[in-house]
Amino acid sequence: MEMCADPSSLDGINWWMCYLTTGKHQAFYASFGTVLLLLALTAPVVMVLGFGGAMARKSKIPPFRWFGLAYTNIVRGVPDIIFFLFVPIAMDQGIEYLRHRVKCPDVREPIRQGHDFVVCTAAKMPLGSSPQWIHESYGFMLALIAFALVFGAFAANTLYGAMGAVPRAQLETAEAFGMTDRQVFWRVQVKQMWVYALPGLSNLWMILIKATPLLFLLGVEDIVYWARELGGSKTTRFAYPHPDWRLYYFVFLLVFYLFMTWASEKVFNRVTKRLSHGQATVGAGS
Amino acid sequence: MSCYDTLIDYGLRSIGIGERLLPKTDITLCEQFVLIGSGMIWNVYFAIFAMLLGFGVATLVAVGKASQNPWAAIPAKSFIFVFRGSPLFIQFFLAYEIFVLIPKVGVDINLGFATITAETRWLTKAWLGAVIVLFLNTSAYAGEIFYGALRAVPKGDIEAADAFGMSGFRKFRRIIWPAMLRLAWPSYTNEAIFMFHATTLVFFSGFPAWRQSGDALYYASYFADKTFNPFVSYPIIAGYFVSFTLIIIALFGYANKRLNRHIAPEQKIKFRFKPQFMR
Repeated sequence: MEMCADPSSLDGINWWMCYLTTGKHQAFYASFGTVLLLLALTAPVVMVLGFGGAMARKSKIPPFRWFGLAYTNIVRGVPDIIFFLFVPIAMDQGIEYLRHRVKCPDVREPIRQGHDFVVCTAAKMPLGSSPQWIHESYGFMLALIAFALVFGAFAANTLYGAMGAVPRAQLETAEAFGMTDRQVFWRVQVKQMWVYALPGLSNLWMILIKATPLLFLLGVEDIVYWARELGGSKTTRFAYPHPDWRLYYFVFLLVFYLFMTWASEKVFNRVTKRLSHGQATVGAGS
Repeated sequence: MSCYDTLIDYGLRSIGIGERLLPKTDITLCEQFVLIGSGMIWNVYFAIFAMLLGFGVATLVAVGKASQNPWAAIPAKSFIFVFRGSPLFIQFFLAYEIFVLIPKVGVDINLGFATITAETRWLTKAWLGAVIVLFLNTSAYAGEIFYGALRAVPKGDIEAADAFGMSGFRKFRRIIWPAMLRLAWPSYTNEAIFMFHATTLVFFSGFPAWRQSGDALYYASYFADKTFNPFVSYPIIAGYFVSFTLIIIALFGYANKRLNRHIAPEQKIKFRFKPQFMR
């Protein structure tokens, strides 16, 4: 806007209008989109991983079953923040190691030299020459994988429990109709389990929402990053000097999260009512 | 340097006793084990104090939420909503900013025999500030658990108490509260585990580590940064947490047994590891 050209001459409402529409503030607003994007992308991946994990745990083949058990249990016994720190860096090194093997087979030096992790330039991920947005989306992708792995384990637990909660009689009825194991599983068990899975999944969704500030720890420029950046006190050398306002920015984030929780609760209550229609569970009672 | 020397040097490093400088080069496995273990002191400290303080307030909050009186119910409900509805991470940031803005004054507290000066700048230190945040947070989570249990107290118990002529606080203390605890205990065990896990957030959000005295995760990430190798320090801290989690389950399991000692075996509530995860 033209009137914002000289911020020092502004006061009152105009100052605020200009202050709240600076480029950095627009990046701040856009970062809410980053958080929502993470939620939108993670949720389906979590469901797939969770479904896979639950099926592995149910599997009749021991190695699959052990894998499913190990996956769900290790993630649960350890603070998740450790996974959020561990998975991205481990993934990063794993990818670079593989690329190093493929792209520079003739480099003989070991990759771990003392405390350094050295791969050839061509194996760097992303390449040093890549534009900035590739670096940013690569970081975002690693974060996404970390979220999906951790929450996938939680979802696997919930879905495994839900599969077991489907009344045995329903499955037996299906068998009596001559359905094969596969048919019983897909046509009856999976269809019926959702109502039992819903309380757990809604809980998981709330937790996922509340886990999004961890993006900041993973180096993604999310809402926490911008709140700290914008809220920090600005001296008169800046266009819009102000004292330490981080408190207000964080209050704003708090309100955002409370709103997300509140809205999700509303939605889940409606879905529960619909899914419980005709089911002999407490949700259908009222 | 033997591992014993390392233990002497760094065993209490997290609380400021021992060698000043952290190992920088040629970091041994022993140093990683000792320092990360030393950091666990902080995690245990945070968890114990937050849980002890939070237990009483959680009961109050639960009773408040279940109350018919809107003056008690509405504050209790909003307290639970705010602390359960927002990330602990943000709560830490926010609390730290508030604590920093509070004027730095000393408040003299007269104990009769001696005077101690409570300084508000302590609030910006993790040992006090973080405990307050964790305490409020666990009060809200446990309050919700206790509230659910309070509503599940068998009607027969209360009728029996009425028949004995109990009323008011006595009925609560002797009948309702123990029944509530018994019903809530398995969930409360999970809350304790995840409160403990949440202590790892302290030095990651808001509260700075003073003179590199941090918790287990602080040292684990320090080593991961220094050695650029996440495959050693993170599994170590994971191992520590798994074993402490097992200890919590054992301790709370013992309490659960006591709370259920008058209940017929088939009606006893068993603990199931069903965590609340991230906050």
